[in-house]
Amino acid sequence: MVHWSAEEKQLISSVWGKVNVEECGAEALARLLIVYPWTQRFFDNFGNLSSPTAIIGNPKVRAHGKKVLTSFGDAIKNLENLKATYSKLSELHCEKLHVDPENFRLLGDILIIVLAAHFGKDFTPSCQATWQKLVGVVAHALAHKYH
Amino acid sequence: MVLSGADKNNVKGVFAKIGGQAEEFGAETLERMFATYPQTKTYFPHFDLGKGSAQVKGHGKKVAAALVEAANNIDDIAGALSKLSDLHAQKLRVDPVNFKLLGQCFLVVVASHNPALLTPEVHASLDKFLCAVGTVLTAKYR
Repeated sequence: MVHWSAEEKQLISSVWGKVNVEECGAEALARLLIVYPWTQRFFDNFGNLSSPTAIIGNPKVRAHGKKVLTSFGDAIKNLENLKATYSKLSELHCEKLHVDPENFRLLGDILIIVLAAHFGKDFTPSCQATWQKLVGVVAHALAHKYH
Repeated sequence: MVLSGADKNNVKGVFAKIGGQAEEFGAETLERMFATYPQTKTYFPHFDLGKGSAQVKGHGKKVAAALVEAANNIDDIAGALSKLSDLHAQKLRVDPVNFKLLGQCFLVVVASHNPALLTPEVHASLDKFLCAVGTVLTAKYR
């Protein structure tokens, strides 16, 4: 089980409290699809992903980004019990969606960069370290039920 | 993975904008890397890694200079970094996985200091560039 210090929990909640989940989620997913274009393979039914402009403006990308980051919020509410929290989602990503868990790590890294851009100097090294740990743990939990 | 003309322009643009801050960015990149990925500290047992360390600043300067050199010779990164590539292969032997970690931290530094600079397109180009640098530095490992 992952241990979170009081300081880490503080850094997580203080950042999360200021995050606009819809905007941040949309941006993170858009950047994932732009920076790592092979990730578009999971979104054939999203319509126009032909250029960065198209991706950023794509309403399905925005909606899905919001969905993904909202789910992230569930992780933050259940830091002590991530594997259980993500058990069903993990099964879904393996059995129905067939997503390589490496993609969770890629999205996590992108989210960190989006947060850094948003928070600037407030996104201190300690903050980054805590959040990289969080995205890593979330990725691990999402991969946990894979078989 | 190939850097397109647009990628090269984007990367050159980033380093032109960063200018003299490159050294500071290099130091902060290392600071963030050591904080976020403690296993990277294993390559620096001989360094004081405490906050404000002169050694980390000095090394950050070197790392930044190499990135600037690569950006200035972006049509031939392998040529520009050939000696560094030899050094990493023969002496330093930093495990290839760590170049990605450094790259991630450099992107975070750019994002936090200059978010407007790191548009999605520039982000993509810079990420590719950093991958290319890592590939060059590990190319002679075996």
